[in-house]
Amino acid sequence: MEKQDLGAQLIAWRQEQKKESIRYVLLSIAGICSVLAIWQAAAMLGLVDAKLLPAPTKILETLIFKLGNKAPDGNVLGMNIMASLRVALSGFLTAIVIGVPLGLLMGWWTYADRFIRPIFELVRPVPPIAWIPLVVVWMGVGLKAKALIIFFTAFVPCVINSYTGIKLTSRTLIDVSRTFGAPNHEIFWKVGVPSSLPMVFAGIRVALGNSWSTLVAAEMLAASAGLGYMIQIGRTVARPDIVIVGMVVIGGIGAVLSLILSRAERYFLRWKVDR
Amino acid sequence: MQGEDSRPIKVEVKNLTKRFGDLLVLDDMSFNIRKGEFVCVVGPTGCGKSTFLNCLTRIHMPSEGDLFIDGVPADPRKHNISFVFQEPSALPWLTVEDNIAYGLKIKRLPQEEIKARVDQILDLMGLQESRKSYPGELSVSGEQRIIIGRSFAMKPDLLLMDEPYGQMDVKMRFYLEDEVVRLWKELGSTVIFITHNIEEAVYLAEKVMILTNKPAKIKEEVMIDLPRPRDITDPKFIEYRNYITDKIKWW
Repeated sequence: MEKQDLGAQLIAWRQEQKKESIRYVLLSIAGICSVLAIWQAAAMLGLVDAKLLPAPTKILETLIFKLGNKAPDGNVLGMNIMASLRVALSGFLTAIVIGVPLGLLMGWWTYADRFIRPIFELVRPVPPIAWIPLVVVWMGVGLKAKALIIFFTAFVPCVINSYTGIKLTSRTLIDVSRTFGAPNHEIFWKVGVPSSLPMVFAGIRVALGNSWSTLVAAEMLAASAGLGYMIQIGRTVARPDIVIVGMVVIGGIGAVLSLILSRAERYFLRWKVDR
Repeated sequence: MQGEDSRPIKVEVKNLTKRFGDLLVLDDMSFNIRKGEFVCVVGPTGCGKSTFLNCLTRIHMPSEGDLFIDGVPADPRKHNISFVFQEPSALPWLTVEDNIAYGLKIKRLPQEEIKARVDQILDLMGLQESRKSYPGELSVSGEQRIIIGRSFAMKPDLLLMDEPYGQMDVKMRFYLEDEVVRLWKELGSTVIFITHNIEEAVYLAEKVMILTNKPAKIKEEVMIDLPRPRDITDPKFIEYRNYITDKIKWW
């Protein structure tokens, strides 16, 4: 119960947490290296046809080649990445900006819930890909059209998680604020929104995954640049190494975006401690 | 066992009745609480103690009757009513100091006043070193101390505590009971403390209100005139404890 004890315990606990997180990072790196080693060994020992599944060293070679060369799809890798990021992030960010507040409002105010929910429930089950023909008619095949397809895939988890997150707000915390005399809108901001954040972030994480994985489908809408486009050209010219480079880069950027999201999540949820 | 008291009346409860459908939970309860008084409410399990407290805070509206603070119907927006719940109720995303300031900010107190009160409470509770920590980084009892500090920081017209130590071990309970008594004396708050633990009630209260089985009525008010700090082995203490236990018995 002594104050000093409390402080020392806190410092020791934080150090232990840090050590544990380093152990986890090393374990993750070991996992990736093992898969690459098995893949390389399989290619070198001739267990798989190198024309169909090139070795990781060949993939690395093609990746370096694509950094400065436009063949065979007409763009260097950097341009393809930028084109894809533009499409994916515009759809993804729009989904967050519209979906999260909508879910929070529906979860907190019954009138908003009753008004919006039926429309949302009708739209929700429609697969995002099914929107493609309609979107092409509405918007052609430009950035807006592709971003809209991404938006549909990211919007649903943003709304559902924000809705559920705010619905799960502790009754006791709401009552605490009410006994202090806080009006409903103040309780929404000071209790509802922060308490829903863990679920909101989980929704954003699903939305990010959906956005990035729908990219190839969105870039089927007649593109002239982008990672999805590069993969399709790779398939057309029978270059599995180009296809795999595209896949690896999509995976790598997905992981980087996920890491950025994790950092943001850790910052906003720094109060969250598992006891 | 009644004693004279010259303090002015702070809280008046008149004919408080609560029904849930056909179920009568509180039956026409009337009583007064004086300014700065420490009242413990005891009663058999399930007699409606928590409903009684929820009616006082307006979490539930009474079916009949009302609660007056300084002669005016109680309103959480006008009056300072603080509530310490049974469940942990520190806001996990706010630091210790922000939790203590939470109610003060809702009441829109001036910034300097908030800072002064938060510092006073942190000093009184020895929480200065953990002021920037989050509740989840402290122990369960540490979290409960934040909640108690937050309630006293309001300098409430009425502080309601609903079995705040129900989930704690004996040692921690004694420690926190002493802390509540210290804060109450220091700040002169008016406190209603609900408990099913008769020893706790005799240890803390100036007045113990004994409730009947459901539908709850006030069976008796017992004034506890023991000096502080109280000794639970004192024969007079044991006499009060046994007397109240006999009154609560329904078996």
